[in-house]
Amino acid sequence: MKLLQNLFDGIKPHFEKGGKLEKFHTLYEGHRTIAFAPDITTGQKGTQIKDAVDLKRLMFTVVIAMIPCLLFGIWNVGHQHFISTGVEAELIDKLWIGAIAVIPILIVSYAVGLITEFIFCVIRNHPVSEGFLVTGMLIPLVLPPTIPLWQVALATIFAVVIGKEAFGGTGMNILNVALTARAFLYFAYPSQISGEVWTYFGSAAPVDGYSGATVLSYGASAVANGTDMLSDMAGHWYAGMFDFWNMFIGIIPGSIGETSTLVCLIGAFILVATGVGSWKIIFSVFAGAFAMGTLFNVIGGNSFLEMPAHYHLVSGGLAFGAVFMATDPVSAAQTETGKWIYGFLIGILTVLIRVVNPAYPEGIMLAILFMNVFAPLIDYYVVEANKKRRLKRATI
Amino acid sequence: MSKNVKLKKGFNLNLAGKPESKITEISQPETFALKPTDFLGIEMPKLVAKEGDTVKAGSPVFYDKPFENVMFCSPVSGEIVEIKRGEKRKILEIKILADKEVEFESFKSYSVSDLSSLSKEDAAAQMMAGGVWPGIIQRPYGIVADPSDSPKAIFISAFDSSPLAPDYGFMLQGKEQFFQAGLDVLKKFTTGLVHLNIDGGAEVPQVFAQAEGVEINKFTGAHPAGNVGVQIHHLDPINKGDIAWTTTPYFVAQIGQLFLEGKYDASKLVALTGSSVKNPSYLKTFVGAQLSKLTENNIEEGKHRFVSGNVLSGEAVGKEGYLGFYHNQVTVIPEGDYEEFLGWILPSAKKLSFHKAFGLLSFLNGKEFEVDTNTHGEQRAFVVSGEFEKVLPMDLLPTYLFKAILANDYNDMEALGIFEVIEEDVALCEFIDPSKNDLQKILRHGIDLVQHS
Repeated sequence: MKLLQNLFDGIKPHFEKGGKLEKFHTLYEGHRTIAFAPDITTGQKGTQIKDAVDLKRLMFTVVIAMIPCLLFGIWNVGHQHFISTGVEAELIDKLWIGAIAVIPILIVSYAVGLITEFIFCVIRNHPVSEGFLVTGMLIPLVLPPTIPLWQVALATIFAVVIGKEAFGGTGMNILNVALTARAFLYFAYPSQISGEVWTYFGSAAPVDGYSGATVLSYGASAVANGTDMLSDMAGHWYAGMFDFWNMFIGIIPGSIGETSTLVCLIGAFILVATGVGSWKIIFSVFAGAFAMGTLFNVIGGNSFLEMPAHYHLVSGGLAFGAVFMATDPVSAAQTETGKWIYGFLIGILTVLIRVVNPAYPEGIMLAILFMNVFAPLIDYYVVEANKKRRLKRATI
Repeated sequence: MSKNVKLKKGFNLNLAGKPESKITEISQPETFALKPTDFLGIEMPKLVAKEGDTVKAGSPVFYDKPFENVMFCSPVSGEIVEIKRGEKRKILEIKILADKEVEFESFKSYSVSDLSSLSKEDAAAQMMAGGVWPGIIQRPYGIVADPSDSPKAIFISAFDSSPLAPDYGFMLQGKEQFFQAGLDVLKKFTTGLVHLNIDGGAEVPQVFAQAEGVEINKFTGAHPAGNVGVQIHHLDPINKGDIAWTTTPYFVAQIGQLFLEGKYDASKLVALTGSSVKNPSYLKTFVGAQLSKLTENNIEEGKHRFVSGNVLSGEAVGKEGYLGFYHNQVTVIPEGDYEEFLGWILPSAKKLSFHKAFGLLSFLNGKEFEVDTNTHGEQRAFVVSGEFEKVLPMDLLPTYLFKAILANDYNDMEALGIFEVIEEDVALCEFIDPSKNDLQKILRHGIDLVQHS
């Protein structure tokens, strides 16, 4: 370690004031603080000691919580590849195919995103922040495995620049950065992120009768054609695909990391146990979706409205969004009361968009972005209530 | 009606170096210092004594321009050897070379029965002349009280819940009658109540249990349950326009002694604490003592930080520095100016943390923690939410208050409760903050803005 420290010390003069690479000082600090926790000490007045936590550790905890989703996603991409091409395959083959599809997306997301961040840090001369550790992992997990890599790069740049740096960097953004990337692709290149994109074929061809439909597209088409959604799903070319428990485990086509509710719940457990994610938000998103689903069941009218409410919890990206996206502390509501309202409304909106708006089969992305925008308003009223309590106390 | 308040929020820092309940004999420091910067709200200190003057314990040294009668007095007798000034000739330290035997300035003394007939004006005059007035702090703002005010109530926290804090019961042993006399004097200043808030989770020292003429309230819970600001919030919160006074048991006893014996006795028991101290215990010395002598031969090898006060809201004064006027504690801990390979992610049960993020296993470790002054990370924007609220047992939204201060939004600062907090109340927020912001500094900046608006 002394060696590495010496290496850093050796190049340090170049990055100091007056050095050749003075402009890149922030990058030097950024790298050094990843290798070594810095030697900064507390000030003369105020707390003389500080908690061992820092943002790097918090962000990394979220990355760790996403690793089960990534691994399951890699396996599932491979698994879906082989069942749709009608080939029996071993676990290792599935992982290999999955890795071929997923790892490049992951690498592009991190590489492009970090370079964009570094450029901004140098231009704006602010420290390299940790936020992208999480964003860089989130972006691949919410994209289909067939997404062109140049689109990943473009979306990542858009999200980092317009979604975050334009507002001042980590902690200042209004919208969830990873969802900004997905929304950008969704509206800029809809044909690569909707329809028959959820299964990775590579050079192989699908079997006869194959259909890449998802639960939500079954819903939309059942409404359009006036058929019964559940029996349509039961007649899926691959029998048992859309059984409730199969969907819960997540052996279905979809975005890379979002298919498995079970694995998302493992991630949720990590986030809640470490106190990094808000259990209030996670719980209330599920509660809101279930409540809205139940309400639709009561209203009835078509077979999508009548789909059992608990199907909403395991289909699409609801679980992934609830656990990893809605809980982003920067773009979520920041008051404790606000978090309940924020999460519950995300759940309600998700189901509402899914069922009632046929143009957008996946509701969670738009629901979260929408509530990101409204989170400050929710907080505003919670804060006003606090002020009123204080004022009321004074006038008694 | 005395109250019994149970607080759920907060965090106790279980640090190594707790003081043993015994008094270690030491040789007294040669110099003592009065630091005008210790007194918040004192902006124009005017010297009464000059370099070379001899003073007794209780002789006036300086006063503040707007309150000419409030004297800041020498804690010991001796000669004023140096007046240390900083930028713009601001007075930083007034150093006094102490006599071997302390001589006291004499003030009028009263018998216990005389005290009841003593008028408020006479009591105030004696307190202002006798050096004990600065022990009374005004809320809002946490500044030295204005003698012409009439506070709605007076609050005394009878326990210190901060890390490695001294035991007030031990500090006041043998001063029971002074403490009661002090309470009797203080009662004259308010038409409201004098609240004495005791620790509901520990045995109550005799001196507090037998206190008369005051409301005795119980507070149970983790730090900051012992902070008077938190207690006020639950007893009789401060609204805009309200004025309340606070003080500590040490000052109450000092006031009592001034009236019963007619002298300003600035001797105090100071807890010498922290993991760098070989034998943490109590020392008998005077206000403003130099730390080098107090800690002599009692510090481990290595590079250390000498803190006057506790690790959450104290001040690093250095080994040659002086004990702060309001501090009953000296904490010595190792400096943390080292780099740690992958220190931001390696798991550890030895690093103290309020959080449980990946690798922070201190919640599993029931032992005492040795802490140093490393910040464990760089400063960032506010990112996480809902954490400050977990360590501030008040109906107050700290993040929004800090943001209002940073935005210079006076209306919001007032509406969000800036009148109710001072630095020590948000010290735990600053400790646990993953973004490593100097929240106490931010708060004081806000208080200054509101106070002078």
